[in-house]
Amino acid sequence: MDFISYLINGVSLGSIYAIIALGYTMVYGIAKMLNFAHGDVIMIGGYICFTAMSASGNPWLGIILAVIVCTVLGVAIEKVAYKPLRQATSLAVLITAIGMSYFLQNLALIIFGSSPKAFKSVVPFEPLVLADGALTIKAESIVTVICCVVIMIVLVNFMKKSKTGAAMLAVSEDKGAAQLMGINVNRTIAITFAIGSALAAIAGVLLCSYSPTLTPYTGSMPGIKAFTAAVFGGIGSIPGAFIGGMLLGIIEGFAKAYISSELADAIVFGVLVIVLIVKPTGILGRPIHEKV
Amino acid sequence: MKKRLVSLFLAGAVAASLLAGCGGGSNTSGGDKFVIGGIGPATGAASVYGNAVKNGAQIAVDEINANGGINGYQIEFSFQDDEHDPEKAVNAYNTLKDKGMHVLMGTVTTQPCLSVIDYTNEDGIFQITPSASAVDVVKYNNCIQVCFQDPTQGTKAAKYISENQLATKIAIIYDVSDAYSAGIHDGFIAEAEKAGLQIVSDESFTADNKSDFSVQLQKAKASGAELIFLPIYATEAATLLKQANDAGINATFFGCDGLDGILTVEGFDAALAENVILLTPFAAESEDPTTQAFVSAYQDKVGEIPNQFAADAYDAIYIIKGLLEKAACTPDMSAEEIGSAMLEALNGFTYDGITGAAMTWENGAVNKTPTAVVVKEGKYVELD
Repeated sequence: MDFISYLINGVSLGSIYAIIALGYTMVYGIAKMLNFAHGDVIMIGGYICFTAMSASGNPWLGIILAVIVCTVLGVAIEKVAYKPLRQATSLAVLITAIGMSYFLQNLALIIFGSSPKAFKSVVPFEPLVLADGALTIKAESIVTVICCVVIMIVLVNFMKKSKTGAAMLAVSEDKGAAQLMGINVNRTIAITFAIGSALAAIAGVLLCSYSPTLTPYTGSMPGIKAFTAAVFGGIGSIPGAFIGGMLLGIIEGFAKAYISSELADAIVFGVLVIVLIVKPTGILGRPIHEKV
Repeated sequence: MKKRLVSLFLAGAVAASLLAGCGGGSNTSGGDKFVIGGIGPATGAASVYGNAVKNGAQIAVDEINANGGINGYQIEFSFQDDEHDPEKAVNAYNTLKDKGMHVLMGTVTTQPCLSVIDYTNEDGIFQITPSASAVDVVKYNNCIQVCFQDPTQGTKAAKYISENQLATKIAIIYDVSDAYSAGIHDGFIAEAEKAGLQIVSDESFTADNKSDFSVQLQKAKASGAELIFLPIYATEAATLLKQANDAGINATFFGCDGLDGILTVEGFDAALAENVILLTPFAAESEDPTTQAFVSAYQDKVGEIPNQFAADAYDAIYIIKGLLEKAACTPDMSAEEIGSAMLEALNGFTYDGITGAAMTWENGAVNKTPTAVVVKEGKYVELD
């Protein structure tokens, strides 16, 4: 019974990583940049939801406001910080993203203060108790897993079937050629950031429902873990982010349970190293062809 | 041009956000005022502690100044930000020396403190740390602590549990990456053996891995523990108690002073902390009139209920006052003269503060008795 309980913990933590990783992977796949501020957009989403919920008591209002604010924030970040650097080296963009991450953390520190806030779960259901209390499944876990699967299916179909999705794929293949074909590259990238940031808001609300302590640094470690998950699954690939997130969560859970809670992170990142040595593009990553 | 303006704005904004919280305080100094320096993280991840100390100390300073100062001299308090970084703490120390500091109240956190004590020891400056609780902090004789040393808290907790027969099967969940938490844990384990307590589950987490405690809790539950010992901070405990509730754990939770403040975490559902026991030198809900006066002054000034750190800082300033008065120091003495006079005055000095009655010091470590409180309906109730 303990085994099942550890597995469920791993899957629900993995689903949160997966939702965050989807945001990383979409932006990387299309804009070819690592948006290190992604984790901090999650934190902002958490704060917006917290503030709206404290003021109104309505979790739906909190979620919707968080999604709207994060979407606007994501597009604004892209416009102000990344778009002017579109022609710059990828290193310059990376450093800007790191700067943006610190900027958001310190902004939150000024606006919301350094003392932690306890987030009230947006999931109103009681935990599911099975086998006379030996197995308890949190309602948040179930909701998170469902959200994660739904988001992934919607995204995959969106990329395959919608016109915007096709434009995104084209931009990810070759920006220059896409522009020549009449695709508005800047608009497409802005939409990518909008989707990624909306996902970040949802991830923020779910993360804080699961782990209710909210500080200006709440997003940074899950952000890094999710980035790892995205690389694990093959960065740029949407199903890859899902698989990477799940695997990371499950490995972390089992490592904590059966090996050592101290070494859990070392084991997770050790597995990452092995995966990347065997398959440098990640589990579902496409091999990189050198263009001549 | 437009682009350049935008990036200029952005660069400025980033710089402003990094600088925010630094500085403050005035820079006049002279022979007519006692200059007390403070160092701690006013920004960054540990800023919750630094700001608490800064505010707590400021309240004590304002009170003393309003009541005629120390030996008739006013205090000038200057607090410098170290961002919980040992190197920046040394820079802050040098800044304070330039301001003519007589006594140092700091640093707030252990790592920076360990790098600053080398300098204060060399310069002969008297240092009192409100909250740096490692044993090594007092390795020189010029520095004393207001807070307990970490292993001492662990020892006291184990003794309390066994003397009051709260439980025999005990699980521990602690932060192995944090010197405070690991120190209490080690002290607790050492004493538990002697006290006949059985540690059935000993699990840890790290600073990078503190959003999910489900596995550790599940293991504690599976081990049949009657009591779960949590030598952790309120920030993590807020998450842990929620997840423990979700996992249907019925054991008693027992924490140390780091857990103080959990009831005031904004948005925290106090029902989750029902029956949690804390062994803490400071309880904001205490009926003691001095504590009450401090708590209401803090609430007026900061708008929050003070935590352990703020209380330690408040006491630290009054301890400085007591020592300066006992040694009859004046601001025209050099920092070194004041330092050795204060050290001499420390012999036989006792202080009744809001973090403990009849405090005395032995080799820099404080001797005081913590109070056990239990959370009942969102309030601390003192246990015997």
